[in-house]
Amino acid sequence: MNVKVFLLLLLLPTPVFAQGSAELVGREIEGFATPSPDPVFNFPADHGAHPDYRLEWWYLAANLRGSDGQNYGLQWTLFRTALRPGEAEGWISPQIWFAHAAVTTADAHYVSERVARGGIGQAGVIATPFEAWIDEWSLSGPEFDRLSLNATGSEFGYQMSLKATGPLIFHGNKGYSVKSPEGQASYYYSQPFYDIAGTLQLRDETIEVTGNAWLDREWSSQLLSDNQEGWDWFGLSLDDGQKIMGFRVRQTDGDHYTAATIFNETGTAKPLTNGVFHAEPLETASVAGRDIPVVWRVTLPEQNINVTVRALNHQSWMGVSIPYWEGPVAVSGSHSGRGYLEMMGYQ
Amino acid sequence: MTQHVLRALLSYWYRNPLQLFAFLAGLALATALWSGVQAINAEARASYGSAASTLDKGQYDILVSRFDTPIPQETYIRLRRSGWLVSPVVEGNLNGIRLIGFDSLSSPHDFVSPPATWEATLDRIISGPKLFANPDSKDQLPTMMDIIEDASIEPGLALGDIGTVQTILGVETNTYLILYPDQPLNQPALEVVAPELRIQFSQPTTDISQLTNSFHLNLTAFGFLSFAVGLFIVHSTVGLVFEQRRAMVRSLRTMGAPLRTIISLITLEMLGFVLAGATLGILVGWLIAAALMPGVAATLQGLYGASVAGSLQLRFEWWASGLTLAFLGVGSSLSVYLWQTSRTPILAHAFVSAWIETHNRLLRYSAIGSIILLLAAVSLLVIPGSLAQGFLMLGCLLTGGAIGLPVVLSRCLSAFGHATNHPIFHWFCADTRQQLSGLSLALMALLLAVSANIGISTMVASFRLTFIGYLDQALAPELYVGVETTAEADALEAFARSKNLEILPVDMMTTWQSQGQKVQLLGIRVGNTYRETRRFIESGDSPWDRVAGGEAIIVNEQYARNFNTWLGDTVDLPDGRTLPIAAIVSDYGNVLGQVLVSEAVFQSIHPEIRALQFGLRTEDPDALGKELVSSLGLPKGAMIDQASMKQMALDLFGSTFLITGALNALTLTVAGFGIFMSLLALADRRIPQLAPVWAIGLSRSQLGWTEFARAVVLAMFVFVFAIPFGLAVAWILLKRINVAAFGWELPMYLFPMDYLAIGGLAVLSAVLAATWPTLRLMRLPPARLLKEFSSER
Repeated sequence: MNVKVFLLLLLLPTPVFAQGSAELVGREIEGFATPSPDPVFNFPADHGAHPDYRLEWWYLAANLRGSDGQNYGLQWTLFRTALRPGEAEGWISPQIWFAHAAVTTADAHYVSERVARGGIGQAGVIATPFEAWIDEWSLSGPEFDRLSLNATGSEFGYQMSLKATGPLIFHGNKGYSVKSPEGQASYYYSQPFYDIAGTLQLRDETIEVTGNAWLDREWSSQLLSDNQEGWDWFGLSLDDGQKIMGFRVRQTDGDHYTAATIFNETGTAKPLTNGVFHAEPLETASVAGRDIPVVWRVTLPEQNINVTVRALNHQSWMGVSIPYWEGPVAVSGSHSGRGYLEMMGYQ
Repeated sequence: MTQHVLRALLSYWYRNPLQLFAFLAGLALATALWSGVQAINAEARASYGSAASTLDKGQYDILVSRFDTPIPQETYIRLRRSGWLVSPVVEGNLNGIRLIGFDSLSSPHDFVSPPATWEATLDRIISGPKLFANPDSKDQLPTMMDIIEDASIEPGLALGDIGTVQTILGVETNTYLILYPDQPLNQPALEVVAPELRIQFSQPTTDISQLTNSFHLNLTAFGFLSFAVGLFIVHSTVGLVFEQRRAMVRSLRTMGAPLRTIISLITLEMLGFVLAGATLGILVGWLIAAALMPGVAATLQGLYGASVAGSLQLRFEWWASGLTLAFLGVGSSLSVYLWQTSRTPILAHAFVSAWIETHNRLLRYSAIGSIILLLAAVSLLVIPGSLAQGFLMLGCLLTGGAIGLPVVLSRCLSAFGHATNHPIFHWFCADTRQQLSGLSLALMALLLAVSANIGISTMVASFRLTFIGYLDQALAPELYVGVETTAEADALEAFARSKNLEILPVDMMTTWQSQGQKVQLLGIRVGNTYRETRRFIESGDSPWDRVAGGEAIIVNEQYARNFNTWLGDTVDLPDGRTLPIAAIVSDYGNVLGQVLVSEAVFQSIHPEIRALQFGLRTEDPDALGKELVSSLGLPKGAMIDQASMKQMALDLFGSTFLITGALNALTLTVAGFGIFMSLLALADRRIPQLAPVWAIGLSRSQLGWTEFARAVVLAMFVFVFAIPFGLAVAWILLKRINVAAFGWELPMYLFPMDYLAIGGLAVLSAVLAATWPTLRLMRLPPARLLKEFSSER
């Protein structure tokens, strides 16, 4: 999906990660595989896990409309991180899994988190038939284009079915996505064309919903450079059929590293290099004791795109082990549409 | 000019070193009291925390097998994949060491306090086989194993990752599964997912944390009171300094020093002194606490080799609050005196002629204020309410009492004066009234100190009696033994019977929902222990016999209050049976209502629940423990010597108690110091009034003794006045603040001898305070007294 997990793992409070973080910034970890600048993907196997890489995720976000006429956001994310390359059976497995599920309404944000060890069957991903799971949460189906999704927390839950209506989109150089001027990179592709429908359960209330979902797949072993402190990621679906994936990684010197892809349902995708994608905060809100930008201006001058991106719920705060902001947004201005916004590393 | 004024101001201290000492000592004592209370509160909290966590590890509900069999890994995965949030734990025994393996990623954060060394090596714990154990246990573990020594782990216990411990024990199963408090929606029933498991509910019976929290809340209240006393003292100390330098300021101004320069320099000078005095005070408070505290740390150290975290560090909060106290006290009096100085015409004398009128007006306002505050306190009493309301009531009561004191004192003196024809006594009363304006702040501080001491002494002593009673009830058996299977439980029971020992199952417990509230059902074996140790709040005829015969039940205070059911009322048990209440027991430390039934009644309701933890009565727990290891093969770690637990808890309390006593003395010293300062401040101003009395025939010695008697009489008056306020403070702490915070009352006991001792200390502090001013008066040269008359002419 984006660069979030790179920093996410740096910020993990458990000493597993904290201890190693100094070593992990900016250089490869011994023994782990690294992404190649000229990738060759092998599907459906690549939808599954790559235990020789240090980090990997299956990241799904959806903009929904309920039978009650309200807008909703939905998130389901499974992360894999490895202490050492490779997999092993039982408790000695070096793989660790964790997951976040969320539902956002205009005035509420429900979040739940799960953590599991690898090697014991509590969590994992297999490619054929596709299944990604942790505890009772799962994203699975006979193939990657037709999936069922479910998750439950102590106050909310959802059951969804997804059907892809377009091709996979590869970011950066055919799926090799660079994250910093120093060359840190990951494999990164998306399936942003899912039609999604199902049921949301919010406390005692049940709501039927339909909408669009966007699934990101990313894996790597390299992290951000040590002068990068956070990022802002946008996944926008415009009403004219164009979609934009764009991120800016914030550097400690105040500068940014940006990258984006603009594409449409036929699969025509144009990667945009550093500096082309512009995102500028317009308004902030006080969220969990921090000032978080909740209204943005996003511009792509060459494409004549100049839009305002506005959060549905300012308080879309993921109060999990590594807290961050993630929620649905509305797009207005030169184009209209909707999408998802993620912001990480705000203190 | 600035330099000269500064030199003149500082030279005053050079010429009056005693006053400098007195000023700094006043500031230091006030802050010492505050920081001492903070130090003890923080320290006691840390120590009790350790004790409580050692006593209570069963804070989570767990899933165990109905058939005493280990739980296969597949069952754990099946539960997780069905939406049951559980975390696996494996336990076993290796060479007499109890091994506990758990999944550090999924277990609740506070399931086992992980050793300090654990976090630093978490990735390697998962990556490679490692065990964490106390250095004393290392020899009993196999040498080829990678052991990380950690003194914070109890001896006889080793911790490790679940995978490591399973490998060591040669199993692929779990002993039990910890159940998270929050579970997801739409969870299938346990009977569907894992019918072979049952929920074993946590056992809060030995949770002393609620009780100790209550104690800390009360210590916090004491902290606030000492803060108030400190403020009064700092205020009057600064007052003295200004009073004594009034003439000097006048001289400086007549010599042309600008008022603004003088005021700025005095402010600067005072701030410097405050900083020095308060720093000294914080250090003194800390030293006092440190001198009294080592017993606490040593006890824990001796028992477990555990170092108490945070054992008396100089915390930032103490610095900040101590300095705030000093600056507030000095700031308030400094602003008044500087305002006065700026308004005084250069050549004006500090006439006191108008004081009576002013003072009378002030007394009227004080009387009105006092009545309003005391009425407010009483009206708050009528409304049942929150913690804040309790503290507000305390504040209204003490402030009302303090500002009412000079009014009552003045009225009493006036009445005494009119009641006698003896001229000296008449003069004594009138003169004392006149001095009230100068002494009232110090007397108010003394009143606050004495009331606080009576209140806190009553609270602490009542708490102590309750605490000991509670420990006697909750921790009566000398040795606690936990077994893992019902076969082991049967063997243990048979062993106890063969040795003629009383054995009590302690975990025959479950909970059920009664009228929408969670209630505990506890099965007990009625025997000598329960009959002798349990204290009833209310009881009917032979309650234990009726419970043992299955004819009645006993409920705790929480249950009685929650459901408003008392002696003679009936309770519906989970199986539909209805039994009458034979007695109500106090149960400090439990938050839930509890119903106690006989073992037989419990087993008829829950035949599937078998006791796996037992308390054994014995005179020699050590020997019994060894015998259990040798004859039944139980691991050493399965036993807890509860007597030493209890002793440790009592020792901790003893240390805290000692310090509270020391603080009582310190509070009164501070208050006595306030009187001393006030008397000194008045000394010079009093000469014009004493000179005529001397001239009509009273000797200087007689005058001196009158002054001395005055201090003692005033102190005694304040003590008598303080008794009802002190008792009211204790009552509010025990019956209001405690109920608002924790839901149960603590019984209030009275300790008249303690109060007399406090009164004695109060009078002693007044005596000491009056000694020097009295001696000074006795030695005053007659020429100084004569000069008053020449000045008048």
